[in-house]
Amino acid sequence: MSEKNGSNNASSNSLRLKTGLAEMLKGGVIMDVTDPKQAEIAERAGAAAVMALERVPAQIRAEGGVSRMANPRMIQKIMDTVNIPVMAKCRIGHFAEAQVLEALGVDYIDESEVLTPADELHHVDKHAFKVPFVCGARDLGEALRRIAEGAAMIRTKGEAGTGDVVHAVKHMRQIVKDMRQLTVMGEEELYAAAKEHRAPYELVRMVAKTGKLPVPNFSAGGIATPADAALMRQLGAEAVFVGSGIFMGDKSRCEECANGEHRYDRGCALAQPEVAEARARAIVRATTHFDDPKVLLETSKEVTGAMKGLAVAGLPDADMLQKRGW
Amino acid sequence: MPTCCRSGDGEGQLSVASSQLPEKSKTVAAIPTIGVLAIQGDYEAHARRLEESGAKAVLVRKPEQLDPLDGIVIPGGESSTMLKFLERDGFLEKLAEFVRVKPSFGTCAGAILLAKNVENPAQKSLGAMDITVRRNAYGRQIDSHIHEVATKLAGGPMEMVFIRAPKISGTGADVDVLAKDGDEPVWVRQGKAMAATFHPELSADKRVHEEFVRMVRETQGDL
Repeated sequence: MSEKNGSNNASSNSLRLKTGLAEMLKGGVIMDVTDPKQAEIAERAGAAAVMALERVPAQIRAEGGVSRMANPRMIQKIMDTVNIPVMAKCRIGHFAEAQVLEALGVDYIDESEVLTPADELHHVDKHAFKVPFVCGARDLGEALRRIAEGAAMIRTKGEAGTGDVVHAVKHMRQIVKDMRQLTVMGEEELYAAAKEHRAPYELVRMVAKTGKLPVPNFSAGGIATPADAALMRQLGAEAVFVGSGIFMGDKSRCEECANGEHRYDRGCALAQPEVAEARARAIVRATTHFDDPKVLLETSKEVTGAMKGLAVAGLPDADMLQKRGW
Repeated sequence: MPTCCRSGDGEGQLSVASSQLPEKSKTVAAIPTIGVLAIQGDYEAHARRLEESGAKAVLVRKPEQLDPLDGIVIPGGESSTMLKFLERDGFLEKLAEFVRVKPSFGTCAGAILLAKNVENPAQKSLGAMDITVRRNAYGRQIDSHIHEVATKLAGGPMEMVFIRAPKISGTGADVDVLAKDGDEPVWVRQGKAMAATFHPELSADKRVHEEFVRMVRETQGDL
């Protein structure tokens, strides 16, 4: 076995470099940040990477409107501020935004359902890029379609910006279940399975053989507490993305809002920086020690409150970000 | 598979080398237990590769887990994240003591942590090797690359995977440079400590890990 230097082939080397960076992020936390200050807090708290975006998903939900790639000037400032990898989001199918982000030099692009989709049929052809992509998925078929398009990392979609982990759990369990089913199928059943999953047969066969995705499998969408992060790790996530959960506060506790002095805007809904940093640190620690209840207890004590959040069960269909992506 | 039937220069040499190992080491047939710092990063890839190279791998997340180990690997990942954990509960001091007496091997972030000096920015480290390491010295992910580099090992040039790699910008007189990419050292050893700025755990070539397992075995014999 083991062909030394078995891959002189450029496209396979390119995929290895792309998944290689995802390997380096394993066991870590990738945090959403909207400015250099938040990025600094994230790095200080031990984030393995940051995701630079204009508004965190909870703000996107509250404010509505079309959500686009963040301003490259802000992303650049964040890149200049931290030494850890910086990711940024482009809209689904918006390959021009992806080109801008690649030219800017971000370390990873998230083709994300959190932003307003730019194409209702197609995702970005991620093979055409040198920069690696991460994409969301709700089930194995979706994950494999994204991998076929060149994604080098998959994350569960969950329901971003809610602080409700229920759909991150649902999607991780679904992907794991789909994979487990493939491993017990006969060769001849895999053709039908590929059709059912609407995924390329070769990838289906690969998963049937190995029992896992050919790229790292992370979790996102509603993770708000240290215990949430540990839950996702125990369910099989190799790392976690935390979006609104760190920097969003509980607006109902803002006195000025209660007095009618604030309208529902961004500032008062944010957590105090110290509170955010304590949360970030606790989530980082819980992600590493995900299988050690004693440490999880300590980390859970370290946080003061979580974002108020929205229960996913009460969300109207049209507000579900996870339905975006094809 | 018998050695004689293998083709290819590297494979044959390796098998011969490893079959001679028990003679060199005084503790015959003892399988070394090597820890992999598993705070964050590609620790699983290292653990797999160590097991394939004849060692027992243990994931290490707490300082007390170091005690029974014969050696330690510090994987790739984010050195600043790992430091956050090491700065708690006396982990950094304990690990620094461990790498003074037992063999250690760091790749990428691990090389940064083993170094005496770290640049861009300056940060704490274990000081196990008289080297200066510069973080993210090649640039960003887009500058990550794979290519072949000659080493001091038998078996021809080695494929090296560099991911947001650091550079070794200075080496002390006692540091043995095992591989250079152009003018830059990418794989170095000083006594019981070894560091690489690339990721041998992500290549099919097992020689670097086999070399480390051999180092650990030799030290076991000495103790």
